[in-house]
Amino acid sequence: MASIIEGYLGKRVDGTRSRMPARLDRWQSATGVFLGLFMWAHMLFVSTILISKDFMYAVTRMFEGSFLFSEPHPVIVALSVAFVFAVFIVHAGLAMRKFPYKWKEYKMLKTHAFALRHGDTNLWMVQAFTGFMMFFLGSVHLYILMSNADKIGPFASSDRVWSEGMWPLYLLLLFAVELHGSIGLYRLCMKWGWCNGSDARAARKRLKKAKWIITVFFLTLGLLTLAAYIKIGQEHRSHYGERYHPAAALVLPYSPVQEVRS
Amino acid sequence: MPDTAQNKGRMLTFEILQYNPSDPESKPHMVTYHLEETPGMTLFVALNMIREKFEPDLAFDFVCRAGICGSCGMMVNGKPLLACRTLTRDYPDGHIQLMPMPSFKLIKDLSVVTGQWMDKMSKRVESWIHTKEEHDITRIEEPVEPEVADETFELDRCIECGICVSSCATALMRPDFVGAVGLNRIARFDVDPHDERTTEDYYELVGDDNGIFGCMTLLGCEDHCPKNLPLQEKIAYMRRKLATAKDTGGGLEIRVEG
Repeated sequence: MASIIEGYLGKRVDGTRSRMPARLDRWQSATGVFLGLFMWAHMLFVSTILISKDFMYAVTRMFEGSFLFSEPHPVIVALSVAFVFAVFIVHAGLAMRKFPYKWKEYKMLKTHAFALRHGDTNLWMVQAFTGFMMFFLGSVHLYILMSNADKIGPFASSDRVWSEGMWPLYLLLLFAVELHGSIGLYRLCMKWGWCNGSDARAARKRLKKAKWIITVFFLTLGLLTLAAYIKIGQEHRSHYGERYHPAAALVLPYSPVQEVRS
Repeated sequence: MPDTAQNKGRMLTFEILQYNPSDPESKPHMVTYHLEETPGMTLFVALNMIREKFEPDLAFDFVCRAGICGSCGMMVNGKPLLACRTLTRDYPDGHIQLMPMPSFKLIKDLSVVTGQWMDKMSKRVESWIHTKEEHDITRIEEPVEPEVADETFELDRCIECGICVSSCATALMRPDFVGAVGLNRIARFDVDPHDERTTEDYYELVGDDNGIFGCMTLLGCEDHCPKNLPLQEKIAYMRRKLATAKDTGGGLEIRVEG
């Protein structure tokens, strides 16, 4: 009954304000921090292909539980992706509340942002735009990985990038993620004052510089990584679907890995 | 000094919005004026010269001419600034476009009513000391530590010019947003030991999406405030406090009569 009263009258039965706006704000930030940090880690794991196919293979196996089981368990990957997907959806739902959702709001925002020429306002525009892009790009990527969790590896991933034609999506997603994530983490530090220290203005300058360095670093790493998968994908095209056999496992006669997979 | 070509100032081009919303015949349009620059010219000086020479009807607001009263905020080439503190020499190409500040009610041309907006904000954040203490003016007041008093005075420097509102895309998109000026006011009373309000009390005033949680941290306020108030820091501080405000109510039993 109290909930119905609050719903219709906009206030709780004792006249106080709901704590829900505070909770939603905290969850928006918390999911953002998780996704931002996760994407940095994700990029580092994916980029292991730049070191060697074997290393990338070993990382893939680790996520399939190689440290616990002798058999690969892609279901661990599938469940992890499902969890990230859930956080992604919650974050999208909470963050989209900030979008300009009427033409009049959009017109005001666009006029203002172009006229003001203000760095952080422009960064927000980038964030809103890349956020919108990721509703679609991110969902496609997450669903494919969730339903094909067993097909991750030096050849399987490269085949997906090249032979299955996913590279344009990954290229767009790379820019969207890296811009959105680093801008978002910088904004969160500003929003909650986590890094203010004794001189908030000096801290902001440092943080903004760090933000740009991180953005450039991850974009470069991402482009190199994508190029590596494209190259392997092209070379492997005639053997599309074949899995990778790690060099190390082939030379060891008593390898604990019974079924060698990529 | 002889009036030679060398002493002549450069020509400035002013593009100024002219519109009178109370006149049904009036249509918003830009009018261009060319004016010779004088040494140390501010927009206040330039606008008065334009009014004197070309447009006696031009409306704009000024009172103190020293960045204290907060009356002369306007959009100068898209940036909200106090016209009295803006020097024409800071515009190397000599082109200056003047628009009234958005989000406030337009009276005419460059003149807006910031007062109405500020009045609504002041009522919303209950911009006065809340205390149960009875004041006896015959007795000496309780002393306040100078550091604490300084902190309050620091935030009390706000002149309600409206520049934080006009530089904030959130405030422009969402007219009900309390704005940095309102959140700074909350922070000001929060630090003032005379005010007995608790975090939970402030939550009742700005604990929603039109209040503290509506702020998207675009930092337009922080970067444009002519009084250099620490707005990012204070809004972040209030956000941390209000986001974790205790839930004191909401669970009252509904009485069943009879």
